[in-house]
Amino acid sequence: MNRFIGFIHKEFLHIFRDVRTMMILFLIPVFQILIFGYVVKNEVKDAKIAILDLSKDDVTTEIIAKLDAAEDIEVVKYLNAYDEIDGEFRANKIKAVVVFENGFANKLTKDKNANVQIVLDASDPNLANILNSYTTAILNNYNKENNINASGVNIVFDTKMWFNENISSAYMFVPGSMALILMVITALMSSISIVKEKETGTMEILLVSPLKPVQIILGKLAPYALLSAINAFSIVLIGNIVFGVPVNGSWGLLILTSFLYIMMALSLGVLVSTIAKNQQTAMFISMFVLMLPTMLLSGFIFPIENMPVVLQYISKIVPAKYFLIAIKNIMLKGQGIPYFWKELLVLIGMVVLFIGISVKKFKIRLD
Amino acid sequence: MSDENIIVVENLVKKFGNFTANDNLSFEVKKSEIFGFLGANGAGKTTAIKILCGLSFPTSGNVMVAGFDAYKQRNLIKKNIGYMSQGFSLYDDLTVKENIEFYAGIYGLSRKLIKQRFNELVGKLGIHDLKNKFVKDLPLGWKQKIAFSVAIFHRPRVVFLDEPTSGVDPITRRQFWDLIYEAVESGITVFVTTHYMDEAEYCNRLSIMVDGKIEAMGTPAELKDKYKASNMDDVFVKLARKA
Amino acid sequence: MNEIEIHNLYKSYGPTKALDNLSLSVEKNGFYGLIGPDGAGKSSLMRIITSLLLPDSGSVIVGGLDPVKDYKKLRLKLGYMPGKFSLYQDLSVEENLKFFARVFGTTIEENYHLIKPVYSQIEPFKNRRAGKLSGGMKQKLALSCALVHKPEILILDEPTTGVDAVSRREFWDMLAEIRKSGITILVSTPYMEEAVLCDKISLMFDGKVVDSGSPDDITSGFKNNLFIIKSANVPLLLNVLRGMEGLKSVNSFGQTIHVVADSSETGKPEIEEFLQKNNVSGCSVEQSPAGIEDCFIDHILTNTTT
Repeated sequence: MNRFIGFIHKEFLHIFRDVRTMMILFLIPVFQILIFGYVVKNEVKDAKIAILDLSKDDVTTEIIAKLDAAEDIEVVKYLNAYDEIDGEFRANKIKAVVVFENGFANKLTKDKNANVQIVLDASDPNLANILNSYTTAILNNYNKENNINASGVNIVFDTKMWFNENISSAYMFVPGSMALILMVITALMSSISIVKEKETGTMEILLVSPLKPVQIILGKLAPYALLSAINAFSIVLIGNIVFGVPVNGSWGLLILTSFLYIMMALSLGVLVSTIAKNQQTAMFISMFVLMLPTMLLSGFIFPIENMPVVLQYISKIVPAKYFLIAIKNIMLKGQGIPYFWKELLVLIGMVVLFIGISVKKFKIRLD
Repeated sequence: MSDENIIVVENLVKKFGNFTANDNLSFEVKKSEIFGFLGANGAGKTTAIKILCGLSFPTSGNVMVAGFDAYKQRNLIKKNIGYMSQGFSLYDDLTVKENIEFYAGIYGLSRKLIKQRFNELVGKLGIHDLKNKFVKDLPLGWKQKIAFSVAIFHRPRVVFLDEPTSGVDPITRRQFWDLIYEAVESGITVFVTTHYMDEAEYCNRLSIMVDGKIEAMGTPAELKDKYKASNMDDVFVKLARKA
Repeated sequence: MNEIEIHNLYKSYGPTKALDNLSLSVEKNGFYGLIGPDGAGKSSLMRIITSLLLPDSGSVIVGGLDPVKDYKKLRLKLGYMPGKFSLYQDLSVEENLKFFARVFGTTIEENYHLIKPVYSQIEPFKNRRAGKLSGGMKQKLALSCALVHKPEILILDEPTTGVDAVSRREFWDMLAEIRKSGITILVSTPYMEEAVLCDKISLMFDGKVVDSGSPDDITSGFKNNLFIIKSANVPLLLNVLRGMEGLKSVNSFGQTIHVVADSSETGKPEIEEFLQKNNVSGCSVEQSPAGIEDCFIDHILTNTTT
């Protein structure tokens, strides 16, 4: 045991003496979360919109007046034809167009059903998203005020996102960043630190020492497990304090789930280190094989449901997917284990699998 | 050997802050001479060589290499010297031919000249079978011989060799020195640094540096005589321990 | 019982034969040198002895143990210093040493007497980072680390490569000192002149042991007559002598040339006569006993021609 503690002590010395390691461990996560957070905080102020009123009746005039009166929306232009929208968007003069169909008031009274379409410039997806909910809210309000729903009359909304049909849910940024940061940093740092011993030749000495392979692996991982846990905690904390992202569920569950995920990332790191011969290879594998799928295929940025079927299948082996489902449930929905035990089981299975392969592949000799 | 001086160093001083790495060095190296530059780790050899190769400025003193001034004409110095170190300067993932073409290209040799000299070299070394192999697949001895040939491919006036034959077998080492003798014959001056005294014995003249100063200079025989030592190793140890 | 006993050992990396039917034995408390150039198979042999590599075939017994089966027990008995400087450059001298002591379940204090001849020389710098040490000091630290757990067998892979002459000599002196405590030492070097510092040596070339024995045994096994010719112009003389008949080999040794005669028919008078005929003057020809390097060259020449 003394051996093992001695080993861990040495690992901490390595970590605290290397400025780059410290930066990657602590500064990058904070910056990343702040950048993501800033993108989300980007609120709508005086968003310029246009109206395409094909009906020009009392009802549409009233609704338009309401839109114009809203605090953050400014109606700057009246269009005459649908064709004009594209030009306006491309000229970047407006962010959204509200379209009333022909004979709006008539339809509302006769068919009890009239259509409003909101066309958004979704090249800035966050802005479009927010603007959409703003506009919809105002129209909904009008519905309520005039009791249109109750009388069975209905304004039907149809939202069209232009330039970016699949709008991403940036509210996912805290769970998403956690998945990404923990995966990359934990797997990257642990794999590099093991490969470094191979590169400098110190692994040769460790191997001929009485340390068991398991002790070498665990000794390498323990410091990173601890530091990653600190990282995870600070991400949740920043998300909560600075951006008000809630933790509705149990903190205990959140910690447990995060730790499971960290273990999974660490075991992946060991796996990488058994394959990679030098630090560059380890970095390359961590970046491309681990980071990109975590970012693109986990549901962090793009919803899995909207992916091509092939990618949907691939996403099933991306560990971050299961972690995201679990912590979204905990943090945002405040649910307990019954809702995501399957995901937790998958993560546990992955840890066992990766550690198993690593210990098998970890060589007690050179070659 | 002729009387023409290829390297002239007068009162060379190089300081890093308060630390004097080279303390008032003075020596000359004659054309076609094999000059051994010895010293313990940290004695200041590397610092001096960097100045001689035009890689760093002296703090004071005069340094002329191949007729050029180490302060003002560093680029001309670089054009007229060759360099080979123990950590091979050849690219492992390029073939012998590609390596030579690359280095010759750096020194601005024309394609025609490169081709002509390359064919000469292939004939001389007998490397018809090796010329299109990757450097990483060559035996160590060949790598060293080819690295030396590359270092003098552009016919420099002086070539700097840093522990050139460290770790090679005795036969290859002698083949290597045959190449050096041949280069000297063609008028190239050879400046060698080494920790290994059997290599030092091949030099015409040696200087031994201790703590930034040149403590002794002369032919191997003169030095052995002067320090009443049976071999150069003893000379070196006597000098360094005295310090 | 010998401490290291190797018979008919083979090891290949793909098509390259690293060790080719190699046998050698090192007695207990022996001071044994493996002498040979890079690529002779010294490191592969040492890694097999330390259980870091598996042999293809042959028998290896180290300290009475089989490095393949009993590697765990064996590793406790071994002190190993790999060829590349392998300490933690970002840790201080003392931290490195403490780490290795701890890993082997001991402390610096417990075995201080053992490492003292080495460690006392670098102890004044114990707070300096290992990466900032000079080459000679690094080697001393690495040796201290390999010794700190009181190994029975010390395996040193080219400890003196790249180290200056003074540090090298100190290093060999320290090894002689360490040996007095009963440790068996196996050390490798590419430098022929270091061979005489060992009790027994094996000359290695191309994965084979070409000769073994005490340095004296090896040099006295050199049967041909050897002449040393001193000359001011070695390159010229080399070319002249290569044209002489009755010579087995002509080799430069710094400012001298070593000439090995084919038979007793070629002697000092014949060589002097030949030089005179070729208008070479101002050289002295002396018969001399062979050194280790002469023997090595002779073995390579016979090995590669047959």
